[in-house]
Amino acid sequence: MNTLGGLLLRREAGIFVMIVLFCLAVGLYKPQFLSLNSLRIILLLTPLIMIGAMGQMFVLVARHVDLSIGSMLGLSAMLTGMMFKFAPDIWWPLGFILAIGTGILLGLFNGFLVVFFRLPAIIVTLGTLNLYRGLTYIVSDAKQIDRQFVPSALKGMSNTSPIFGIPWIIFMSLGIALLAYVFARHTTVGRQIFALGSNPVAAPLRGINVTQVTLLVFALSGALAGLAGIMYASRWGFVNPSNTGAGFEFQVIAAVVIGGVSINGGSGSVLGVVLGVLLLGCVSAALPLLGIPGTSQNAIYGAVILLALLIDRTVRQQGLKQLTARAAA
Amino acid sequence: MTQPLISARGISKSFATIEVLRDVDLDLMPGEIHALLGENGAGKSTFAKIIAGVHRPTRGTLALNGEPVEVASPIIAQKLGITLIHQEPISFPDLSVAENLVLGRHDGGWLARVPWARMTADARALMALLGVKIDVTRPMRGLSIADQQMVEIARALASDSRVIIMDEPTAPLTPKETATLFTIARRLRDEGRTIIFISHRLEEVRALCDRVTIFRDGARVITETIGNLTDADIIRHMIGRPLKEYLHKQGTQIGEVALQVDNLTLPGLFSDISFTVRKGEIVGLGGLVGAGRTDVARALFGVAPAASGHIAVNGSEVSITDPSQAIDLGLAFVPEDRAVAGIFRTLSVEQNISAAVLGKVSRAGVIRRGQEKSLAEESVRKLSIRLASLRQPIGELSGGNQQKTILARWLLTAPSVLILDEPTRGIDIGVKAEFYDMIGALAVSGCAILLISSELPELLALCDRVLVMSEGRLTANLSRAEATQESIMQAAVPKTGVAA
Repeated sequence: MNTLGGLLLRREAGIFVMIVLFCLAVGLYKPQFLSLNSLRIILLLTPLIMIGAMGQMFVLVARHVDLSIGSMLGLSAMLTGMMFKFAPDIWWPLGFILAIGTGILLGLFNGFLVVFFRLPAIIVTLGTLNLYRGLTYIVSDAKQIDRQFVPSALKGMSNTSPIFGIPWIIFMSLGIALLAYVFARHTTVGRQIFALGSNPVAAPLRGINVTQVTLLVFALSGALAGLAGIMYASRWGFVNPSNTGAGFEFQVIAAVVIGGVSINGGSGSVLGVVLGVLLLGCVSAALPLLGIPGTSQNAIYGAVILLALLIDRTVRQQGLKQLTARAAA
Repeated sequence: MTQPLISARGISKSFATIEVLRDVDLDLMPGEIHALLGENGAGKSTFAKIIAGVHRPTRGTLALNGEPVEVASPIIAQKLGITLIHQEPISFPDLSVAENLVLGRHDGGWLARVPWARMTADARALMALLGVKIDVTRPMRGLSIADQQMVEIARALASDSRVIIMDEPTAPLTPKETATLFTIARRLRDEGRTIIFISHRLEEVRALCDRVTIFRDGARVITETIGNLTDADIIRHMIGRPLKEYLHKQGTQIGEVALQVDNLTLPGLFSDISFTVRKGEIVGLGGLVGAGRTDVARALFGVAPAASGHIAVNGSEVSITDPSQAIDLGLAFVPEDRAVAGIFRTLSVEQNISAAVLGKVSRAGVIRRGQEKSLAEESVRKLSIRLASLRQPIGELSGGNQQKTILARWLLTAPSVLILDEPTRGIDIGVKAEFYDMIGALAVSGCAILLISSELPELLALCDRVLVMSEGRLTANLSRAEATQESIMQAAVPKTGVAA
């Protein structure tokens, strides 16, 4: 396949093969890993990461990075939880508007600093990672929102299912992925994000409004972090100022990069990111089953990510080489 | 006579205080291929970029089909039907060829649908029209330069450009690719479009173009049908400025051979380069940009070593594969692009001066600040570098003073061979004169100097001998008596690569 689509598919097939090999390897050792139940566990581990990863994908494609998503998730979730706590009779779906709206504002602030002060996104979002987490402590007075305050209808999204026993929250994350696909592939601005990341110097020469597009990707990342925030309250039933969203950025960026999104911008696909999220979910689900103590889980997690990146890089370089060789022939 | 497609009147352009284009009037006709010729820096590219909306003129007006227009940006230029094709096209390497063709021409809002099927079909049709075989669904990354240029031409056609500007398009092309390009250019002309063709290669200009406009020192010298000018006429118009007077160094004792180069070759860049530079001698290396002069210098200094050939320094054959070896052998190199390869922008003037002699100013790996400071002070005094403080970051100095600082750095190594690559580019006239004096004084003190320069008066004023390179080969070795602007240009203009 001598086409762009072919090259991308090759990369995605590579991730898919990694998932299969990983599951088979674990299954050889612990046969119960290859069951519907562990598929359920894997899927339940992924929806928040999936939602966050879709936002992060666009940020990386635009040649930026957003390290603050965990804190945006935390602050959005906390504000929403406090609304539920102090106005228990409120119509609960309003929580979505508050969480997503908060995320958009926080994301726009990141984008604003990046665009208007020309600061590198990695520094800006490293700063707001701490700033937003600090604000979460301040607004909550460092107190957790407990289970009884989270509306049961919201919690129901994570433990009731429309079909096959798969909870609503998973359908929702897949819906977001589908929307992200359409946005990335079939809208003008989606392609502009790819063009901007592929060649930031040429983008304005071709009429791309770099300011607006950059603000958009950060707002999008914030909005999805906010959505992940209220989903966190749904999934776990509480919001904690220090735990909620902590380390989220690590999992999300790992999933996106494993999914083949280039940190140099310009390339990546939603399908790849979905597979990257699933691979990460498999690893998370397998570690406790293999009896690996919690203390070494992080190390293994990190090693798997590096391994996946190395494999991906090799596959990709081979693919490019063949492509150019064919073009030259 | 038909109405001109583009009329330029009184176009002038200044960058900061330097006027690069002065009162240019020019009419470009529909259905002609019009060459812009001139030395490097004569203003031809600036003029083309003004037409294409890359630069705004400081003064002057443009009219398209008799209507005054403001070409405020490349996007507006494209809407007006003017496309500039860069030598190495600007593209989006991760996007497909088809997307690269249409990007920037989407109508509708952000969420407007991308019409993939139509886009691909249109792109295929354009490629078929041009008669080139490029898979439009593959990414731009990995396409040859020639193919990228074809994509750019297709882009110009997609927006139905009436004016297509090609800025030295043939420099990176093979003769066969050049021939294809010319066929297409002629066809576009016959459709009534205007092609502006910027090139250094006279033969190509003769083979392709109908009329030619020659620029010199930012002004238009002449516009004429190509058949009415001989090569000698063209060269005379290109270089015919009055020579500035510089005092050639007097009575230097030319000594032993300090640098001997035999059959130096690096495939694709230069081949079979042989010359010598003696102690106390200033040897110029002239030629057009891209002739391979810088590559030879980089090979001599071990930055990108040659594949074959011999280098001897002070009589003994050496192998230089790394700049640190070159420094140890007594070579020094002031590179062309000082911003990229010459200065440590954020370090102080002092640290920039001592960078090549850290061994001298340190003991057991620890730099002795006092000694570093006194060395730097001495250099600043000797070269009259103008600065606020030795601790000042070098990036804050003017170009000329930055260049002096780099020279100071190398003088501290007491080089036996000094290679200067375009040392006076972009520096003020006054500083230039000081520079010439310094170079002369260095030669008098016994240093062998290889001076790469595109400025003919500079070569003529300073050098004892002038070597000329063209397309990777040495084409002339002129004594001071033989070297004239004409003889250097004759040897510099490429004789190969003629496409019928």
